[in-house]
Amino acid sequence: MTENNYAVTAENLTRKFGSFTAVDKVSFAVKKGEVFGFLGANGAGKTTTIRMLCGLLQPTSGQATVAGYNVYTQYEQIKMNIGYMSQRFSLYEDLTVRENIEFYAGVYGLKRKQIKQKTEELLTYLKLWDQADMLTVSLPLGWKQRMALSTALLHDPDIIFLDEPTSGVDPDSRRNFWLLIYELADKGKTVFVTTHFMDEAEYCHRLSIMRDGKIVELDEPQRLKQKYHADTMQEVFLNVVNEGGSDK
Amino acid sequence: MAESNTNPILINNLQKSYGAVRAVRGVSFEVQEGEIFGLIGPDGAGKTTIIRIVVSLLAADSGEVLFKGRSVGEHIQFVRTNVGYMPQRFSLYQDLTVRENLDFFGDLFKVPLDVQRQRREELYAFSKLGPFENRRAGQLSGGMKQKLALSCMLMHEPDVILLDEPTYGVDPVSRSEFWDILKKLAERGTTILVTTAYMDEAHLCDRVGLMFDGQLLALDTPSALLKQFDKPLFLVESSRPHETYTALKNADFKGEYNLFGNGVHISAGKDFSRNKLIKLLEENRIEYKSIRPVQPGLEDLFLELQRTAAS
Ligand SMILES: Nc1ncnc2c1ncn2[C@@H]1O[C@H](COP(=O)(O)OP(=O)(O)OP(=O)(O)O)[C@@H](O)[C@H]1O
Ligand SMILES: [Mg+2]
Repeated sequence: MTENNYAVTAENLTRKFGSFTAVDKVSFAVKKGEVFGFLGANGAGKTTTIRMLCGLLQPTSGQATVAGYNVYTQYEQIKMNIGYMSQRFSLYEDLTVRENIEFYAGVYGLKRKQIKQKTEELLTYLKLWDQADMLTVSLPLGWKQRMALSTALLHDPDIIFLDEPTSGVDPDSRRNFWLLIYELADKGKTVFVTTHFMDEAEYCHRLSIMRDGKIVELDEPQRLKQKYHADTMQEVFLNVVNEGGSDK
Repeated sequence: MAESNTNPILINNLQKSYGAVRAVRGVSFEVQEGEIFGLIGPDGAGKTTIIRIVVSLLAADSGEVLFKGRSVGEHIQFVRTNVGYMPQRFSLYQDLTVRENLDFFGDLFKVPLDVQRQRREELYAFSKLGPFENRRAGQLSGGMKQKLALSCMLMHEPDVILLDEPTYGVDPVSRSEFWDILKKLAERGTTILVTTAYMDEAHLCDRVGLMFDGQLLALDTPSALLKQFDKPLFLVESSRPHETYTALKNADFKGEYNLFGNGVHISAGKDFSRNKLIKLLEENRIEYKSIRPVQPGLEDLFLELQRTAAS
């Protein structure tokens, strides 16, 4: 097996809800250190796939590994090796920034001394010192988002899943967030990210595009643009998603 | 105050603070009948506060806010029955199905059944939720929920609507179809005040107000606003845009530079040129694939104004 080169692998991964197939036999492999963009229209199955990979949802069938661990049986190991930032971040709004970070450090089983050290490290790294003792609810969205990222990074995971981290975020904050993503990638972390901003799609090393539960494209942005004779990923996306006919 | 022939929304020198935080600091603008007015700005700029004041959910500290010519503070009932409002994070009835949610809002606003049926079909065409009409709202994906919330709001057609980030998490295809609906409503005379984080949507507004730190720094049609960005702008394409960006930062380059898709947008005043740019890149040994002059967009202007507002 070549699994060691891969942070994530999926083989015919499928999830049904009753008779509805939300994720339909998807197969792909994400290399270590890769920034992997996971695109698709609303309801295409992105979040469902991520939840299966993070061990939060049992697949109906198929195989998947994350950091070499099996999603069916090795949930605990997966949890310690990944960071997950969900689509609507799960921060405690009535705790301060510092308390939120400490809380999550506890969840990941860090020791008291580590918690203190990690919290300080993260506040510095994310430039959130001035906001450390503010209630999370009062933070602007862009800061909440950086904080949600910071809690997902507390245990220094190798693989980070980011589900729409920049939705609703203004142009400047979005760019700063992507610079953070690159810092992580440059440190060798694998980043698995969804977005509806097509300029952000260009920042990814490779992209997959899902439609109706299936992966219909998977390649480098440059190559996808060539294939569709398009100047931008926006054009590629509209092409791919509308291919089945928008009003089938 | 007498009912005069004013615009549907009039805001004059509006001020609002939360404790020590001055969220809105003397904002004035009007939204004309049938106009799509976009309020654009970074997080915490005061957009949501303004919208909440106009729909009478929040009281202003001072200044004048008129809704169809009436002061909102004194005509709360009138405002609430005549405005269509979609808050930033609208929660649906999670246990009701897509269809039941739509029917609920249709009935609530006393829309006749045949009109409800017709609107529903129109809205399904944009939202693509038709095939899922029997699914509970709680089981929809994030973007599908957002589209359902929008559809519920659009089940009735008030002549003034305020939408706070309606396209949050909505995919590019649905966004463009949603904007077709807004355009259609505006053509029929509906007045629309909308906020968004997507600059391509700002281009679709009739007029745009750019807000930073509680103040309106610019207000005009998109094309007039773009004239403010009166200098050459280049796209430097590279295989690793973030490295190009970081290299410019390390070189302490004094111009404007921002990540844009597969490259970096660079400008530096009126007399910046391709040759100067090449010199800059070569002196700092910054790798690039190509250099192209590009037309500035509102995103470029936004980023520039934000930087000047911050300094
Ligand atoms: N618990 C559930 N029961 C039934 N259907 C579900 C459930 N969870 C998700 N689905 C359905 O699965 C499909 C895929 O949803 P998913 O959240 O994965 O989409 P997504 O690609 O993340 O979309 P978005 O861009 O809107 O976030 C949708 O049709 C959704 O309604
Ligand atoms: Mg999702």
